[in-house]
Amino acid sequence: MKNNMEKETTLTGAQALLKALEEEKAEIIFGYPGGATLPVYDKLHESGIRHILCRHEQGGAHMADGYARATGKAGLCMATSGPGATNLVTGLATSFMDSTPVIAISGQVPREMIGNDAFQEVDITGITIPITKHNYLISESSEISNSIHEAYYLSTTGRKGPILLDIPKDVLNENIKTPEKNNHKTNLEGYNPTIKGHVGQIKRAVTLLKKSNKVLIISGGGVVSSGAEDALTNFAKKYQIPVAATLMGKNGFPNSDELYLGLVGYHGTAAGNTAIQKAETIIAIGTRFGDRTTGPLKTFAQNANIIHIDIDPAEISKNIPSFIPIVGDASAIIEELDKQFSEIKNAELNRKEEEWLKYLIGIKTSRTKPADNSKLNIPLILEQLKKILKDPIITTDVGRHQIFTAHHFPVDKKNSFITSGGLGTMGFGLPAAIGAKAGKPDETVICISGDGSFLMCCQELVTSVEEDLPVIVLVMRDNRLGMISQLQDAFYGKRYNCCDLGSVVDFTKIAEGMGAKGIRVKTPEEIEPAIKKAIELNKTTVIEFIIDEAKNTYPMVTGNSLTDFIEEEL
Amino acid sequence: MKHTISILCDDKPGVMTRISGLFSRRGFNIESLTVGHTETPGKSRFTIVVRGDDTVLEQVRKQLQKLVHVIKVLDIKSTEAVEREHALLKIEVSPNKRSEVLQIITALQARIIDSSSNIWILEITGDTKSVNNAFNLLGDYKIVESIRTGKIALKRDSIGK
Ligand SMILES: Cc1ncc(C[n+]2csc(CCOP(=O)(O)OP(=O)(O)O)c2C)c(N)n1
Repeated sequence: MKNNMEKETTLTGAQALLKALEEEKAEIIFGYPGGATLPVYDKLHESGIRHILCRHEQGGAHMADGYARATGKAGLCMATSGPGATNLVTGLATSFMDSTPVIAISGQVPREMIGNDAFQEVDITGITIPITKHNYLISESSEISNSIHEAYYLSTTGRKGPILLDIPKDVLNENIKTPEKNNHKTNLEGYNPTIKGHVGQIKRAVTLLKKSNKVLIISGGGVVSSGAEDALTNFAKKYQIPVAATLMGKNGFPNSDELYLGLVGYHGTAAGNTAIQKAETIIAIGTRFGDRTTGPLKTFAQNANIIHIDIDPAEISKNIPSFIPIVGDASAIIEELDKQFSEIKNAELNRKEEEWLKYLIGIKTSRTKPADNSKLNIPLILEQLKKILKDPIITTDVGRHQIFTAHHFPVDKKNSFITSGGLGTMGFGLPAAIGAKAGKPDETVICISGDGSFLMCCQELVTSVEEDLPVIVLVMRDNRLGMISQLQDAFYGKRYNCCDLGSVVDFTKIAEGMGAKGIRVKTPEEIEPAIKKAIELNKTTVIEFIIDEAKNTYPMVTGNSLTDFIEEEL
Repeated sequence: MKHTISILCDDKPGVMTRISGLFSRRGFNIESLTVGHTETPGKSRFTIVVRGDDTVLEQVRKQLQKLVHVIKVLDIKSTEAVEREHALLKIEVSPNKRSEVLQIITALQARIIDSSSNIWILEITGDTKSVNNAFNLLGDYKIVESIRTGKIALKRDSIGK
């Protein structure tokens, strides 16, 4: 016993940090070293944790996020003080907006220099207050271990989110005198996430459902983060309730299922948006009713009573008034809802329910058509990809290609659609794909990117190659910032200012220059062989698709309500 | 509409920034903010007065509650609470006005806590209304400098804890 104690006292702060991370079963650090974190790097080899050297800290933060989204476990990234820490900011904000569990560690200048504008000093805890669930500036080495355990607990429970721990260099070097040992759950008096839904509220919801003939489920990101996909699928199919999704909730329900109506919102499908506007009762699960989902608030779901299930009480009636709020974890609540509903609901649909379903599926079917195979276009590429690979992990960047992917690539397996929904971060796709591959090495990981977005973090190709984490990037090359030109087309009198990307870049050469494989595809016939070749190579590959004539992505809401949209001509 | 919000929280570095940052981010102007230790070691209480509509306030209350170090947030109605403010006023009193001012001071139940020739520092404690009153009445004389602490409030019942 005494021996043990003595042993503990000989740990440095850096060793205590690594030990605590191991106790949290951290497998990988996506990191980039610098002066302030060198004490950790010096001891890293003694730990069982793999370090993946990103080529930009933003990439590291996105990798941790991609890892978290693919595995459901917390992702971990690390950067040095100053510029290293500020480079994490976009990644943390991305995680924060999409509520994903990420732990970020930043080095800080030694304690006695804090506040002196020392070399590479930046107030990163101050900077990241609004974009983290919580953050820490560690002031004693004895606090390290507890803070790490607390951070993991906070990050992965309740509404998940990123946590940053800023650790001064001298704290990492310091020998620990008396390690603090608190029970972090009791230590956090103000943190008590509600998990179990209120039984009375669930009962009220069931009564409402019983009376409604036109019911719609909205699957939000909370379905995915709760791991409620099976519960939702089971519930919707059992009672034959149609499901529409937000971009973050697309992966909450099998997209190939007949009941799936597609996206709702600004780029929602005709079926999804019509369902919102005509439903009597909406069960909204894990959605914050973001503006991209609701369109104009005043006209949103005017005919519906909304049952809003969310783990975050602050989301209840924030944007859209909820008729019956149920705060808690989605899986548990859906299961309880099912239990209570099954006692009063007979299996058969009544005539009105049947009509509702037929009506919506009719709208959906009338819009379903095979992609145009006469020229190279994004829907065609996605259609062929799905034929070749049934259920890869897909990551996207941000822009038209992202919305095309949401519409044209049905996702049917859990945790296999990874996109930056809330922040809309261009550059997210490639590093997120690498993070996903690191967490799920046996899966094929495909990043769907645009020629604008790809260049924002393309240096991570090197990480992918060097760390033997092969991913396939499909770059949709249209020589422009497509989504921007689409907005200029719709709202700025076709004045396409500053969205032309020129044509000097050779994406295959970028790939080759970074040790990856590059393939160029110019015709529809080349799509399939190129993708198959990339899979066969099992090497990081960039396929550059020369998109013939860049097309806008529709539907797009342009008016005062969700059903006021323009569609592609059929 | 004015609201008084009482926040019980852990006394941790940065908690002030987290709380005040939330108000500005959600578009609330803080009218006054006071903070101090409570009867429990390691716990502080903020009293914040803000102006804003009820729905936005409800959102701020819920967002505050999400801060890890915030234990309890109460929207305090003045009818259910005891409220106090403290003010210091430095006034210039010419000899011929002395007795007049002394009368007002007595009426206001204020105290002179410092005086040197014709410069007096007065101390006033009361609810916001009576402190406003004092400023109004003494406004006829020359107020050289003044400071108010902002409101502190405690709910009357026991559940406020
Ligand atoms: C970091 C960042 N900067 C700017 C934007 C604004 N933005 C949204 S979509 C877009 C264009 C994306 O172009 P590209 O990646 O080529 O995709 P495309 O729309 O052509 O499919 C831009 C500039 C953004 N979302 N993220």
